[in-house]
Amino acid sequence: MISRRRFLQASATGALTVLGARGVFAKTKADPADAAAVLVDLTRCIGCRACENACRVRAGFPGLPTAPIGYGAGDGQLTFRTRTFIDFRNGNSKQHQPVKRQCMHCLEPACVSVCPVAALEKTATGPVVYHENVCIGCRYCILACPFGVAKYEWDNALMPRVGKCDFCADRQAEGRPPACVAACPTGTLKFGTRGVLLQEARARMSAQPNRYVAIYGDEVVGGTSWIYLSATPPEELGFPKGLPPGALPQLTWKAIAKLPFVVIGVGLLLSLVVRWRTRSGHA
Amino acid sequence: MHDFTWLLILFRIVGVLVGVSAAIFVCWLLAGRKFPQHLTSAVFGWLLLIVLWGVGGYALTTRYALGLGAVTNLSDQFPWGIWKALVLCGISFAAGGFLTACMVYIFRIRTFYPILRPVVLAAYLGYMLSASGSLLVDLGRYHQIWRPIFFWQHHSVLFEVSWCVMLYTGVLTVEFAPILLDKLGWHKLAHVVHSITVPFVICGVVLSTLHQSSLGSLFLIVPNKLLPLWYTPQLPILFFISALASGFAMAIFVSALAFWTFRRPLEPRVLTALAKGMTPVLLVYLFLRVVDLTARNAWRYIFENPLQGASFTVEMVLLTAPLFVVLRTRWSGRRRWAFAAAIPVIVGVILNRLNVAWIGLLPATGADYVPSWIETVVTLNLVSVGVVIFGLAARYLPLFEHATPGEHAEVPAHVPA
Repeated sequence: MISRRRFLQASATGALTVLGARGVFAKTKADPADAAAVLVDLTRCIGCRACENACRVRAGFPGLPTAPIGYGAGDGQLTFRTRTFIDFRNGNSKQHQPVKRQCMHCLEPACVSVCPVAALEKTATGPVVYHENVCIGCRYCILACPFGVAKYEWDNALMPRVGKCDFCADRQAEGRPPACVAACPTGTLKFGTRGVLLQEARARMSAQPNRYVAIYGDEVVGGTSWIYLSATPPEELGFPKGLPPGALPQLTWKAIAKLPFVVIGVGLLLSLVVRWRTRSGHA
Repeated sequence: MHDFTWLLILFRIVGVLVGVSAAIFVCWLLAGRKFPQHLTSAVFGWLLLIVLWGVGGYALTTRYALGLGAVTNLSDQFPWGIWKALVLCGISFAAGGFLTACMVYIFRIRTFYPILRPVVLAAYLGYMLSASGSLLVDLGRYHQIWRPIFFWQHHSVLFEVSWCVMLYTGVLTVEFAPILLDKLGWHKLAHVVHSITVPFVICGVVLSTLHQSSLGSLFLIVPNKLLPLWYTPQLPILFFISALASGFAMAIFVSALAFWTFRRPLEPRVLTALAKGMTPVLLVYLFLRVVDLTARNAWRYIFENPLQGASFTVEMVLLTAPLFVVLRTRWSGRRRWAFAAAIPVIVGVILNRLNVAWIGLLPATGADYVPSWIETVVTLNLVSVGVVIFGLAARYLPLFEHATPGEHAEVPAHVPA
């Protein structure tokens, strides 16, 4: 009897902990409008790959090979070593549209919510950063990322790492813009706070409605810190299809938030059954 | 790199030798501590296990020496493979443990008491091998598998699952301990463990409810990657109910196989009662599945994706077919038919888990993942280790003690209410 009561107390305590912890999360979250963000005006991009080269150098990998003019091709996709690259694709039949790819730094990142050990963190200032010393290598973040950004160091046998753009969190802490933004010669990339940049994106769009078609990143998966201004519909530029407008972690949280009630409900029910079966002489 | 080649070869040779000698040793134990004198069918079993574990030694040493990239077909496109799927399959299979314990200790249904020990042991092995064993090869940093104990992230389903599995393995240890303690002759300690069993069984059922459903919640985060034939907000509920069905089927499968293999008498009504318990669970599951697919207008994906459509159809047929067996009264009283009804349910639920964790993810991710031979061999090895340990326990532990006719109907008096 005592152990059953103690069990119920324990499950109630557990339930309160889980419910209470959500409030802790909400308190530490900064206003996303003040968080760091980048506006990518794709109509200004000439595909020079200066951002790609700067990123590789800053991340400690060899820079891009040099071509007769500018840089030669890199990996052509995001990999463990390539945290950003210029995706050359035909946005539509008439236009050749280079698209910069990197971590979108979601406001509510799926990767952060799924990590069982909190190796990924959405910092209050905006960047989603990876703490490699905490990681256990379950690769749930790679599965969960809606943009296919997180990559794995598959050839490392002992201490494989997840590779992703960290928004140059260290440079930002020193008050400097990310390496890619600093390297951009055409003003395609603009570094600032999300609220201001979103306003600017809308202002540019309404000033030149014939030039721009869409803003991407304002709403998708609850909003991202990287915002794209584009002359082509985003789905034609290789951005993922079928993503809900709401934040992905909410889908999971709806299920997790019910668990305390499952604990209490099932625990109570079974205790009652034990009592009933004992009373009716089955002992 | 070249200088390490000989080291790798040495490492692999050690792996093969360890695998082969371990296989020979357990075969010797299984045969009653003697080597076979004549060429019997058991010898082929010996050879099969020796080859499997020898190749397994090679596969495991290669995996640990070279890393996941070199030995698996996993990629950034498809980061979760057959080893993660094995976790899902093994845990759904092991659901029979909490179900049988619940029926015996909570509902006090005496019919199931004889099969409690073998089923709980099978569940224990299912958890140890599919969850811990599989993760120890699958995790990139397998040596840091203990981290979720100290690094908490309660928004993560995987964190919750790992805690539930850890705690539930502890519960299974308590449920299983009396068998070992009886064997060792520590009856006083066995008595103490017995006296705390009921609260532990309640904890076990709660934990199982949590993590069986949460294995479905793992995939709630990929609405754009998992085909709508399987992706639904109801994934946790469907996973839990199918785990229940799988639990009944596993209890039938394990007890029938164990009692028949080791030639112990088992009352037929144990199996038919389990089959009858499985029926309403399957009906509820299929009803919810059909309603859910219809409500989301997802049936059309059967025709849009041939492979996934076929896999889905096979899954549904496997889960529907047993109903025809069990609902026919002429058949339902016979234990062979109970066994025949259990097999498609086990396979169907395993296929469901494979569809969610593998087949259903292929179209949207654009991946063409098929497990490499090393992934396959390691998977087979993990399963074979479970089978072998079960065989050893059946041989050397009082696994069928409560199955002797006349005695089995008694739930021990010292089990507290």
